[in-house]
Amino acid sequence: MSIAWYLAVSALLFVIGAGGVLIRRNPLVILLCLEMMLNAANLALVGFSRMWGNGDGQIFALIVMVVAACEVTVGLGLVVAIHRRRLPIDVDEMRELQG
Amino acid sequence: MSVLIFFIAAIGTLGAAIGVIALQKPFYSVLALAAHLVLLAALFLLLRAEWVAFAQVVVYAGAVMVLYIFVVQYVGDEASPLGQAPGRPVTFAAFACGIALVSELFVAVLGTGLKAVATDGAPYTPGFGTPGQIGTLLLTRFLAPFEIASYLLLVAAVGAVLLARRRRGLADGIEDDAPRISVAELLGPRPAGTGTMHEAGGSVSVADR
Repeated sequence: MSIAWYLAVSALLFVIGAGGVLIRRNPLVILLCLEMMLNAANLALVGFSRMWGNGDGQIFALIVMVVAACEVTVGLGLVVAIHRRRLPIDVDEMRELQG
Repeated sequence: MSVLIFFIAAIGTLGAAIGVIALQKPFYSVLALAAHLVLLAALFLLLRAEWVAFAQVVVYAGAVMVLYIFVVQYVGDEASPLGQAPGRPVTFAAFACGIALVSELFVAVLGTGLKAVATDGAPYTPGFGTPGQIGTLLLTRFLAPFEIASYLLLVAAVGAVLLARRRRGLADGIEDDAPRISVAELLGPRPAGTGTMHEAGGSVSVADR
């Protein structure tokens, strides 16, 4: 399979994730969609790494995984904090900072 | 054979991704994402990225998904509708943006000047993508990102604990500030029953104070 097929799958995954971020209102599902977008980028990075026969892209993918794990930890901490304040778990309701 | 595996994994991972955004209950979304991650690991294996696929299954589909399931169960698993109301303008705008984005990305991928995109990749060298090669790269060329990533994980762990800790007065929906401790309080005698070292050693009993 040529690398272009993997890039096409990566592009579709990224767009599905971006659409999910836009249409879902539960912050948990939005975090899941962010994970999907990061994974789409990982797939493209690993594909390019295979294209060049060079391991650098795979290191990038691993570092992206670390950053995603940090993002999930902080995001889930925020969701738990929202839940403890008895606020609705809904990003459309949480708009105090909206200008 | 690899073509067959590619199409099974690619269609499965795209289907699971659609499941993540289409399923109503967050719990099912998490399960769909776990399936998506395992199938994506199969794609990584086809690209000869053994160690990345391993980390994907163990770290993502294992640890991170368990964390998600804990939080989903803790927060409560109420179904959230896909849009606020049928015909919500944001939903239409989201679909329009998605179609625009996917066409843009396809133009970028297919219209690229990189000739090697249409090939199967560089000749396969033994040891490519194995833990040995990744480890050598991480400890030589990419030592600084590796170390910075460890600090990032530490900061994120501390931050998550600070964010999610129990605060006083939450039963009323009122948030108190964290208790302020003055220097005099720290130096003076501590209140009884707060677990000081003297109490633990038995030299001061709680009843004495």
